[in-house]
Amino acid sequence: MEETKTIWSLLELVTDPEVPVLSVIDLGIIRGVRMEAGHPEIVITPTYSGCPAMDMIRMNIRMTLLQHGYTDIKITTVLSPAWTTDWMSEKGKEKLTAYGIAPPMPVPVVCHPGLFLREEAIACPRCGSYHTTLISEFGSTACKSLYRCEDCHEPFDYFKCH
Amino acid sequence: MKPQHPIDYVLHLADNALVLGHRNSEWTGHGPILEQDIALSNIALDLIGQARYLYQYAARLMNVTGDAKQEVTEDILAYLRDSWDFRNCLLVEQANGDWGKTVLRQFLFSAYQYFFYREGSRDAELAAIAEKSLKEVTYHLRWSSEWVIRLGNGTEESHSRMEKALDQLWMYTGELFLPADYEQSLAQAGIAVDLAAIQPLWEERVREVLTEATLTIPASAMQKGGKQGRHTEQLGYLLAEMQFLQRAYPDCEW
Repeated sequence: MEETKTIWSLLELVTDPEVPVLSVIDLGIIRGVRMEAGHPEIVITPTYSGCPAMDMIRMNIRMTLLQHGYTDIKITTVLSPAWTTDWMSEKGKEKLTAYGIAPPMPVPVVCHPGLFLREEAIACPRCGSYHTTLISEFGSTACKSLYRCEDCHEPFDYFKCH
Repeated sequence: MKPQHPIDYVLHLADNALVLGHRNSEWTGHGPILEQDIALSNIALDLIGQARYLYQYAARLMNVTGDAKQEVTEDILAYLRDSWDFRNCLLVEQANGDWGKTVLRQFLFSAYQYFFYREGSRDAELAAIAEKSLKEVTYHLRWSSEWVIRLGNGTEESHSRMEKALDQLWMYTGELFLPADYEQSLAQAGIAVDLAAIQPLWEERVREVLTEATLTIPASAMQKGGKQGRHTEQLGYLLAEMQFLQRAYPDCEW
């Protein structure tokens, strides 16, 4: 029990290479930590199927635990239940806003196939205005879409509900 | 009928995702505007990610049956099989053409994948992949539907190009709903999706979007064979490029 606690605290040090303010715990991708005869097993779930950051995150988890003296580290990937932005921590959402990325909406509005329908207004992380426009549903990474603020005129990323 | 091992079926799904993902990736750096270049590259990544889950699963199944002389990996399945081993539908291998043809191909296939993944599977691994992929495919479907409408119901030029693209692609849509042998027995066991059940849903969505796009469905003679490894010449060109590095420099990594 104590040992898994230590591992959880070490995982706080592993960050998303694309969004370095978020730890893997903030992201909600750590689904479990187990210890077997002193060797840790970390269960993780991918955010998006093709997210190139996942390989790097696996490697960084391994490196961090190795540096703290753990050996024979097992990292298991599970797909179900599928990752959702609901699992992102509240602390993580605050960190996102401070970093200039609009966090996922508190009431999740996941994509549905309806035509030309859009989520409710997303607040600009810089000036707080809701007077914003979607530029593209696909942003600089799979997990974000691109918006523009019509008041402060800055473009910004929105970490979309998933 | 006794359910077969789902290897052929899993490869069919993996090949569909990889081949379309690769086709889309050919646009990376060449999209009409930056945002849409990024959008299509994102869709390519999702599809290649889905293909990886499926190839990893197929490789595990192949290693368990023990017929293979060497250990099968996802890379061997993607890079070292030839055209006749690929089980993808003919639709996904068709050349990109212009932007209109690319988004139309994406729309026809995303609509199929959307209803397909919604069905899930009694196979736990396939069910998990379907659950994960459905979230991504929903975005692909909305994005591609809107592009088909925007271009079909756009200018005279964009409309005529979309009509031409539909003429070129429609003949490959029939195969989506023609079950191969390996699908029929697995569908009875609840492992493969019952294609007859999702066909009317696909048709409804496609008709809705094409009507909105003011496009006319042509009376094409339907083509088939991809699921059995009989492909159009397009796949050979795609594999020649995609597999070049592993063929020329076996086991190379970077």
